[in-house]
Amino acid sequence: MYTAADLRKGLKITIDNEPYIITHFDFAKPGKGQALYRTKMKNMMTGTTLERTYRSGETFEPAHLEDRKMQYLYKEDDHYCFMDNTTFEQVHVSEDAMGDAKNYLIDNLPVDVLLFREKAIGVEVPNFVNLRVTETLPWVKGDTSGSDSKPATVETGYVLRVPPFIEEGELIVIDTRTGEYSTRVKG
Amino acid sequence: MAGNWALSGRRQALERRGAIFDNIRAFFRERGYLEVETPFRIPAPAPEANIDAIPASGWFLHTSPELCMKRMLAAGYQRIFQICRCWRAGERGVRHLSEFTMLEWYRAGTDYLGLMDETEELLRAVAGAACLRYRGCSIDLSQPSERLSVAEAFARFSTTTPEAALADGSFDEVMVERIEPNLGIGRPTFLYDYPACCGALARLKPGNPNLAERFELYLGGLEIANAFSELTDPEEQRARFLAEAAQRAQNAKLPYPAVDKFLDALKDLPDSAGIALGLDRLVMVLLDAQSIDEVVAFTTEEL
Repeated sequence: MYTAADLRKGLKITIDNEPYIITHFDFAKPGKGQALYRTKMKNMMTGTTLERTYRSGETFEPAHLEDRKMQYLYKEDDHYCFMDNTTFEQVHVSEDAMGDAKNYLIDNLPVDVLLFREKAIGVEVPNFVNLRVTETLPWVKGDTSGSDSKPATVETGYVLRVPPFIEEGELIVIDTRTGEYSTRVKG
Repeated sequence: MAGNWALSGRRQALERRGAIFDNIRAFFRERGYLEVETPFRIPAPAPEANIDAIPASGWFLHTSPELCMKRMLAAGYQRIFQICRCWRAGERGVRHLSEFTMLEWYRAGTDYLGLMDETEELLRAVAGAACLRYRGCSIDLSQPSERLSVAEAFARFSTTTPEAALADGSFDEVMVERIEPNLGIGRPTFLYDYPACCGALARLKPGNPNLAERFELYLGGLEIANAFSELTDPEEQRARFLAEAAQRAQNAKLPYPAVDKFLDALKDLPDSAGIALGLDRLVMVLLDAQSIDEVVAFTTEEL
């Protein structure tokens, strides 16, 4: 059981027996007033969206999803294909259901495919993934300000801010929960 | 190259934050205010229905320095200010940190209207520009601020009234969803004259006991400060605290011990007004930061 205080982006809950994922979350508390937990969420089966505001003390059932260890194979049209390494069964997940996970998919990446009533409706990637920088501006030598960042494109096409000393071809660690640069892979 | 990129990347924000704090202290010193410090760990906070203190070795971390500062006011300190950390349980979001920095100041011989003027002057003194840009909207500080009563705000931005919203329990939702996003756009907004039940430590408006002399300052939709003309009647304050404590009990919230020393001191409290201003949020607006995380050295999660 979750309470309103557990609500955050990415949490999966059950409403009317269907799984929903929180896509936007905002904690609000008007001066001297009560805490309000404002959410936007998406039905993981139908893709329809919902806006709801909750108060302290309200409780939620977690979404009852089966997760199965698989690895990423390839993308075809607007579907992503994954394979179960023990049964060799393959499943397809729609681009819409992938959410931010699609930013981190490289060949053979181990993921958890989420199933509801045997239908694949989402994918969870590891908290940290290593991706290679394919495009970024060179570091201007002598700039030691340390407070700057620059855009970089990684091998999946995802663009994020990185420190100025990161160069093309380097492997970096990205925190998939925030989508942000975490550190560089040494060596 | 520093290893903690997130922390070293905040250098510019933290340097500007430090300069803003310097300007605030200079502003108050020039006006004859004494900077004071009061204990963070206290036997009991004011019993407010919706503010939860964090227990600390049998006592509590203060949620605001209000009680101690008003005892100083009652003891004859006429102009005092404090910049300190405060703690509120369970408050975390892009505009909230459970541990945050508050600026509070109290002044004898004035009321909430006098504090509105002074707050406006403080904004001009620390902004460093006549016009701010925050989240894509401009906030002009060179003109007088907007002053909007809560009743006017409900009439303008919602389809209900404060009384009806309080009766059906939707007051806070209407505030957050309909009203707040429209406040402090183009120029600062002082939202004032709250329903009496929304100001547990505020004086009621002479001639209209349905309203509390309380205001909130908004910049770019963001709530920055809360102020009121101080309630100086110990018996009425005791009754209000009992009502707030009853509401806490009804919501199964932690009960607090009585604050008798504070109530005893109230009989000596001069006519006065006080204000609590969230400094992290003010820095957010001045730096056009999207999240409170950008303007502090460490968030709780980074410890």
